Amino acid sequence: MNFPAALSLIPGPPILSLLFCFIVISTLLYMARKPAHEAIVSACRVLSYAFRLASRSLLSAEKRLKDRNREVLLAEGQAASERIIEREFERINVSVAKNMSTFPALQRRISDTVTQVDEDYRNSVEIPPDPPGWGKVLEPIAKIPAVEDSMVAEVLKSIRAVLEKGQQGVLEVYRKNSRERHLQLKKIAPNLRHIEKGLGAVNLHITGLLERTGTIDNHMVAFERMSKGCQKAEQRLSSSSLTQFFISGFVLAIAIGGAIINFNLIARPMQEMVGGSVHMMGFRVADIAALVIILVEISMGLFLMESLRITRLFPIIGALDDKIRVRMIIVSFVFLFLLASIESGLAYMRELLSQDDAALIAGLLSSGAGNSLDMSGRWITTAAQMGMGFVLPFALTFVAIPLESFFYSLRTVLGILLAGFLHLSAGLFRLLSNLCRYSGKCLVSIYDLLAFLPLWIESKIGGSNRPEDATEDKISKSLSNRSEVDTGSSARIKLPRKSPSRKRTKKEDVTMTSQTQEVLS
Amino acid sequence: MKGLLLAGLLSLLFISGCSDGQDNTLFNRGIYLLVDTSGTYTKELAKAQQIINYTLAKLYAGDTFVVASIDTGSFSEKDIVAKVTFDDRPSKANQQKRLFQEQVGQYVKQVKSSSYTDITGGVLQATEFLNEKNTRDKTILIFSDLKEELKEGYVRDIPLSLQGFDVVALNVTKLRSDNIDPREYMNRLEKWENLVEAGGGQWKIINDLEQLDKLIQY
Repeated sequence: MNFPAALSLIPGPPILSLLFCFIVISTLLYMARKPAHEAIVSACRVLSYAFRLASRSLLSAEKRLKDRNREVLLAEGQAASERIIEREFERINVSVAKNMSTFPALQRRISDTVTQVDEDYRNSVEIPPDPPGWGKVLEPIAKIPAVEDSMVAEVLKSIRAVLEKGQQGVLEVYRKNSRERHLQLKKIAPNLRHIEKGLGAVNLHITGLLERTGTIDNHMVAFERMSKGCQKAEQRLSSSSLTQFFISGFVLAIAIGGAIINFNLIARPMQEMVGGSVHMMGFRVADIAALVIILVEISMGLFLMESLRITRLFPIIGALDDKIRVRMIIVSFVFLFLLASIESGLAYMRELLSQDDAALIAGLLSSGAGNSLDMSGRWITTAAQMGMGFVLPFALTFVAIPLESFFYSLRTVLGILLAGFLHLSAGLFRLLSNLCRYSGKCLVSIYDLLAFLPLWIESKIGGSNRPEDATEDKISKSLSNRSEVDTGSSARIKLPRKSPSRKRTKKEDVTMTSQTQEVLS
Repeated sequence: MKGLLLAGLLSLLFISGCSDGQDNTLFNRGIYLLVDTSGTYTKELAKAQQIINYTLAKLYAGDTFVVASIDTGSFSEKDIVAKVTFDDRPSKANQQKRLFQEQVGQYVKQVKSSSYTDITGGVLQATEFLNEKNTRDKTILIFSDLKEELKEGYVRDIPLSLQGFDVVALNVTKLRSDNIDPREYMNRLEKWENLVEAGGGQWKIINDLEQLDKLIQY
């Protein structure tokens, strides 16, 4: 029956038919009110619970992921700290081994110098000249009164001359000794400077060691914080990871640019080797070969960096015996060198091909007039291409360092992003759950609105003393209680009641509570 | 270690299998140029040479290029002036291009004009040749005024099968009669367009040789 037919159910104006239809529908809705309410509420509750469950699962997953991220972050931080501390200890070891080996020699040198100084000092001690022993003998002779032109006077003159001569000789000897003493003292000064220099060097080494121990102390403090799972350490590591991610990403982008240039250098000449029209899986084989060469170069660079223990992408390489590791360094470097040489050759071939192409195109498009192209100065581009072909593989070797940082920080960044996504999804599911719950209430109210006429008549005739009230209360209470429990707020959603003036007894309240608990369970 | 070697060998076999199984002609182009040598159109051959040179410059390893003349009976291999499928190696392909250019140059020097113009026969020959080569792109270039004149007894009322072909008319000159009644020219172009499109091909006209870059697109 279509709508115009419904308007002619009752003969007369269509409004009568419409009214009749409305009354019939309202009555039917009123009759089915209880099961319909229950069905609506149950369906909405099921959906609400499902969404809530999903939300809780996601929150739980987010928590687990955050914990795991934290563990990984701290473990990585600890590993990094361990590496730094290990490096510091290695440096101290090297420094001590290097300096301590020179200490016995230094000590011997200082000891020799001290002995020399002591000897020089002893040699420089002033020894006063012995007074002449016969002075006292001459004293009485000197007291004899001197008479001029006498023999005594002559004798005394002779004695005086002898005495003066002897005194002069002694003075000469004394002066000579003093000069030698001064020379000895002069020799002490460089020896003292030598000792000072040696002690200064020792002091420098010890200061360096003290500084290194200070650095180690700082790292140890950070390591302890990480071991304890300190929040501050975690935040610092997290922000450091993000910074590392962006920096290494930037450097990798530059490296990719270099790899593209490298690819263009060798892709065309590779056509001479593997053919220009052979395709594999939709790609030109020459291009694939060029790409493979570049990837092999990068791999060799990675192995080289790993063998040198600059990066730690493959722990197995770092854990190798030193002898094998050194062999690996040599092999990787040789391969890298050979590949760089091959690339250089290919770059040269590329230049030749370019020249040939240019000559051909000039010949074709200008009817042979352009065959004599000016080739002077082409050697510059040839040399530049060959140089680039040789240098770029070695430059790409250093990709290993940002690559390592990128991968390690990528784990953290992905963890943070995933945790954020899970949190957002949980919020969304929670929102959907609330929407379902309140849409249930809304649908119940709309249902009642459609059946308002019988309900109004019922309220006028029988008040609220009807069995359906218990169910309604149960539904409304269940929804209200759930909303209170879920939101945790004190706000209560009051559903319209058919008999607000009705007073419940204590027994009724207990019954209602038990019914609500049933619904909740 | 043995397992590693085995895996390596298997991957090599797989890669080589992929390589052999792939039909490389599906990535190459085939161009068949029909040059009208009838009547006074032989004077236009210098332009045809320009087009040939331009096309040569635009082709790469693995591509196929054929130059054939349109004369009294063009449905014949004898009308092929020069043909080449470029070698995989670019240096060898360049040598082939130079040789091809020389062959065409010699032909242009000694060409004699024919009395009739069998364009349909030429197109049929081009279709057959390019279908046999099975290239990815199939292009037929018709360097002609498109006025077909068949010798008595030659049957060319044959539907063309040009599915996947691009047919490009180049340098379609206007005849004296076209100047008197331009509808003849229009009808001629329309006839060929209908013929090609009825055969499932794509029709294009390039009269301005400055726009040769539209001839071969990548």
